[in-house]
Amino acid sequence: MSAVAESTGAVRRPARSRPGVRAVYRWELFKLRYQKRTYLGLGAAAVVPIIFVVAIHFRHHRDAGGGDFAFASYLTKSGLVVPLVILLFGAVWMFPLITALVAGDIFASEDHNGTLKTVLTRSLERWQIFAGKALAAATYAVVAIFINGTVAVIAGCIESGFNSVQTLSGSIVSAPKGLELVYLSLLVYLIPIATVVCIGLLLSTVTRNSAAAVVGTLMISLLFQLIGILPGLGATVPYLLSTQFNAWQGLLRQPIDWSPIVRAVWVCALYGIPALGTAFLVFLRRDVAGG
Amino acid sequence: MTNPADAPTSPGPAPVEVRGLVKRYGELTAVAGVDLTVEAGDVYGYLGPNGAGKTTCLRMMLGLIRPTEGTVRLFGRDPLESVHALDGVAGFVEAPTFYPYLNGRRNLELLASFDGDDARGRIDEALETVELADRAKDRVGGYSHGMRQRLGIAAALLRDPQLLLLDEPATGLDPAGMRDMRLLIRRLADQGMTVLLSSHLLAEVEELCNRVAIVRTGKIVYEGAIAELKRSAGATYRLSTTDDERAMAVCRAQPGVGDVRVVHGRISFTADDGTVAELSQALIEAGALIQMLAPQTVTLEDLFFSLTEGDGVVDEKAPAVATR
Ligand SMILES: Nc1ncnc2c1ncn2[C@@H]1O[C@H](COP(=O)(O)OP(=O)(O)OP(=O)(O)O)[C@@H](O)[C@H]1O
Ligand SMILES: [Mg+2]
Repeated sequence: MSAVAESTGAVRRPARSRPGVRAVYRWELFKLRYQKRTYLGLGAAAVVPIIFVVAIHFRHHRDAGGGDFAFASYLTKSGLVVPLVILLFGAVWMFPLITALVAGDIFASEDHNGTLKTVLTRSLERWQIFAGKALAAATYAVVAIFINGTVAVIAGCIESGFNSVQTLSGSIVSAPKGLELVYLSLLVYLIPIATVVCIGLLLSTVTRNSAAAVVGTLMISLLFQLIGILPGLGATVPYLLSTQFNAWQGLLRQPIDWSPIVRAVWVCALYGIPALGTAFLVFLRRDVAGG
Repeated sequence: MTNPADAPTSPGPAPVEVRGLVKRYGELTAVAGVDLTVEAGDVYGYLGPNGAGKTTCLRMMLGLIRPTEGTVRLFGRDPLESVHALDGVAGFVEAPTFYPYLNGRRNLELLASFDGDDARGRIDEALETVELADRAKDRVGGYSHGMRQRLGIAAALLRDPQLLLLDEPATGLDPAGMRDMRLLIRRLADQGMTVLLSSHLLAEVEELCNRVAIVRTGKIVYEGAIAELKRSAGATYRLSTTDDERAMAVCRAQPGVGDVRVVHGRISFTADDGTVAELSQALIEAGALIQMLAPQTVTLEDLFFSLTEGDGVVDEKAPAVATR
């Protein structure tokens, strides 16, 4: 009987230390280190600028520069243009794909492994698990973008030199100022990427299937692109997610044009917050019947 | 009686209190109105055939799925409200799962940091207890089913639980593993842990549990102490003679002898001691010489089948599967 009394007494003892979102976040990042897709995404983020620079290297030697896109003529003048050109072209599918690779998987993989029941029967509330996972997915996207940008800067400068760059308004800024603009552009680029993360999380919680969530996120991203080029839908263009991927170009005007950036913030919030909120509610209320 | 340091004077709410629990999946009713109370110190067997709703019931107790109707209270707290209800509670449903790309120890470290407190300090002890210490550095993806089952127990022990909820804990274990599992549960129970385990291994439940609930298609068809259950079933005898046909006739004619039938080639009947003595006399007189006459202990198995397959008891209950 004394054992019984002791046992009920012990249960009422408040826990000395309760785990929190930080524990989930830390372990999510740790788990990412053990997953192939992490390296697939980060690897792509790092390799693409290198391939790109190698390509300009040979093209430059063949037809001495020039080209058919906005920054082409500048590419060979300063390596700092390289990360910006990659941002321009990566927007369509590369960065959404890299982002979705983890965001789309982070909940679905728990369903796949049947591990939700394992983590949900410890001492963490569902919202804490959700927050930790969402933060980890976002962190991964940030890391991927900055790895990409940094590799592009380094590879670009090796090829074309750390030189001053011409802004979209035609003025020339010094190389250090140009570098600052590159990183600011990456930061602004994170705004639509955050929305992609939210969409990935939503599809991950709703479909409970990693492949479906990754492909779905990419499809949504491409769909926006498609709407933008459909005839008669021109008026919607400023409010499409795809357009927000170009908001960083405002930084390259002189003076800086903040209007596309401000618009990106609220347009992305308009898409991202409902997606994230829905994912949150679905995760909080769902039955964990599998696994 | 209670520990004055941290407990009020009352013995506190029961470890498990389930009232009117129902879970429907569309047309299918997996759990059809279960009432269940597990008192502190009980080793409670939740027994039923495949698809009876054992796992579904345990999932609701652990807050993994929402009941369609009814309530669950663990030490008086609702697992749907907060995970705090699981303080002092551990267990698993179906086969325990882990991250296959992490090794056993890492998995436990992850879970321990999700437990908080000093769970981390219990990892080594838990691994020793389930005899996985030497495989702790291998990826769980390469573990056998039985090893995962053991790791599941280790993961539960990290929480230093007062209440263990186990869903078929011995499934997939080899005979030695099953024995170890039983010994472990026995030991934990002796230390004061309350255990609720689901099973269809009757021997396991019979050996371990002091109380059982027998479920069939989502409904409890029997609930009570095992000893009680057996007593209510009456004494059965097995008989084998030189002339079984004549012996059958004698048995049927003998007052006080009931339920005469052939089971596994032997005559089976119920009777009390005095009647048996008279019966043996009658058999010899009739020329059916006794080769064997033995009292049959009623196993839980017999009761289980009569309750889960027979029509008597269960027929009166409402059909568990909705037919709308
Ligand atoms: N997620 C689900 N969706 C639909 N039906 C379900 C679901 N989970 C369980 N069921 C149904 O509920 C019933 C009870 O299932 P449950 O897994 O609880 O049985 P069980 O008693 O644990 O069986 P077993 O001994 O085979 O483990 C079954 O008919 C099953 O098909
Ligand atoms: Mg089951």
